[in-house]
Amino acid sequence: MDIYLPIAGLSVNALTIIAIGGLVGLLTGMLGVGGGFLTTPILIFYGIPPAVAVASATTQITGTSVSAVLAHRRRKGVDYRMGAVIIAGGLVGSLVGGGLFRLLQQGGQIDTVIALLYVILLGSVGLLMAKESAAALGIVKLPEARKAARRHNPLIAMLPMRWRFYRSGLYISPLAPLLLGFVTGMLTVLLGVGGGFIVVPAMIYLLGMSAQVVVGTSLLQILFVTAATTLVHATTTKSVDIVLAILLLLGSVIGAQVGARLTQSVKPELLRLFLAIVVLAVAFRMALGLGWRPEEIYTVQYL
Amino acid sequence: MRKLRAIILLASLPVMLAQAEPKLVPDVSQREIEIRYSFTGAELLLFGAILYPGGRIPTGQADIAVVVKGPTEPIVVREKQKVAGIWMNVESARFRSAPAFYAVASSRPLAELIDERMASIYELGLGNLQLSPGTGAPVDVQQRFEAGLLDLRRRSALYVENPKGVEISEGVLYRARVRIPARVPVGTYTAETFLIQDGRVVAGEVREIKIHKLGFERFVAMAAERWSLAYGMVAVAISILLGWGGSAIYRRR
Repeated sequence: MDIYLPIAGLSVNALTIIAIGGLVGLLTGMLGVGGGFLTTPILIFYGIPPAVAVASATTQITGTSVSAVLAHRRRKGVDYRMGAVIIAGGLVGSLVGGGLFRLLQQGGQIDTVIALLYVILLGSVGLLMAKESAAALGIVKLPEARKAARRHNPLIAMLPMRWRFYRSGLYISPLAPLLLGFVTGMLTVLLGVGGGFIVVPAMIYLLGMSAQVVVGTSLLQILFVTAATTLVHATTTKSVDIVLAILLLLGSVIGAQVGARLTQSVKPELLRLFLAIVVLAVAFRMALGLGWRPEEIYTVQYL
Repeated sequence: MRKLRAIILLASLPVMLAQAEPKLVPDVSQREIEIRYSFTGAELLLFGAILYPGGRIPTGQADIAVVVKGPTEPIVVREKQKVAGIWMNVESARFRSAPAFYAVASSRPLAELIDERMASIYELGLGNLQLSPGTGAPVDVQQRFEAGLLDLRRRSALYVENPKGVEISEGVLYRARVRIPARVPVGTYTAETFLIQDGRVVAGEVREIKIHKLGFERFVAMAAERWSLAYGMVAVAISILLGWGGSAIYRRR
């Protein structure tokens, strides 16, 4: 079933795209990650122009995060004050990222930068997760290095103007979450990811937020920042393909529900190990693409 | 300079042909190609008749070459090189008028039909495209990028050379098939037909073909270009509705 994508300018098999969305949705439902880090590379491997893949994946993440945010809201798992600060940073970050994207596109380096960032970010996050989940499953033994647990990083405690974030149980300067939001917003524009895989660890280990609001707040930030990023892409790079996004969403909405049901019967540590392997596989494939002699030495860019 | 000469020659063609030269009556199967939701490319049939003065078919062999050409556009060709273990774009070259699509079909290989000079005047054959490279780069570098561009587009079926693509029956009727791939830009394309005798182009005709997006596809592409902010907001609204609707449906079960 071929469908012509009006912005990407090529025909794709609609069922394949829905299946990709479904696979990513399954992961979202099972693991609570947005899955943008999977969608974008898969779309690029499939032959969708990188700019269109990044922009349309962002639009899809908005859709998948909506239902998750609603679920967390019902469980009171969202810190709105913290969320607002991170979103504010994220909006500025997405605007700056949009400018950067444009600049890199004109210089012809956007593909390389996207791939490099993916390899570095996914590689390191994947390794950390693999280590952590393997230790939790008892596959490997980590040396006992538990010092008296510090609430948050001393650098963050040094920042001026402290605010109280009641739900997170924090009394810290809003500058730290603002900066975190800014960096994530930039990554969202550049990579087409929600940034949950950066924000969640940063909230836990750097800010020291209480665990029950971490995922919900991160999802709230993803919802708003991906929505803003879609607007940034629509107005600057003009590469949001609405047909592609809808096809992906059709798959991922269903996949997410199926995935959420599957989770209840599997150990969470096992799921995290599985996620780590998937993340590492994507990073490895991206690294291969960088180091291997590419099939096409020459590429054409329209002026 | 070469282009100017081509224009002068084309303009003076009718005068040169005034003395009882054969005429071409060409046509194409489609004057308009519409890109719709399931567009996977199109096949153009170029056909027609050669009218000889007095209806006498000459004894010497006459050949036909057809060229389908897309709109020309300015492009940058980038070349990847290995830098510190990573393949990345390093050098680039500009071409001011690269056709988005170029297909040539002939009844015999072009090299047998016509000499280099004539071929370049009529832009017959991939080697004779007037790409107008940006000035500055040395000739050998330019040629390297040109070869890279031709190779890239030939493999994606955007540039096609078919030396046996024209069939001539009874010496007067000809036809050729040209495949238009899905990944072509919209715009006005030209279909040129040349009658070639004894290494000379003795008649030439041009027809226009319009390729455009239609209906929904056209609307989406136009909306994204003209009302980009509204387009973005609609995209966000659709994704929120789909995401929210999906979970609402499942929760009710």
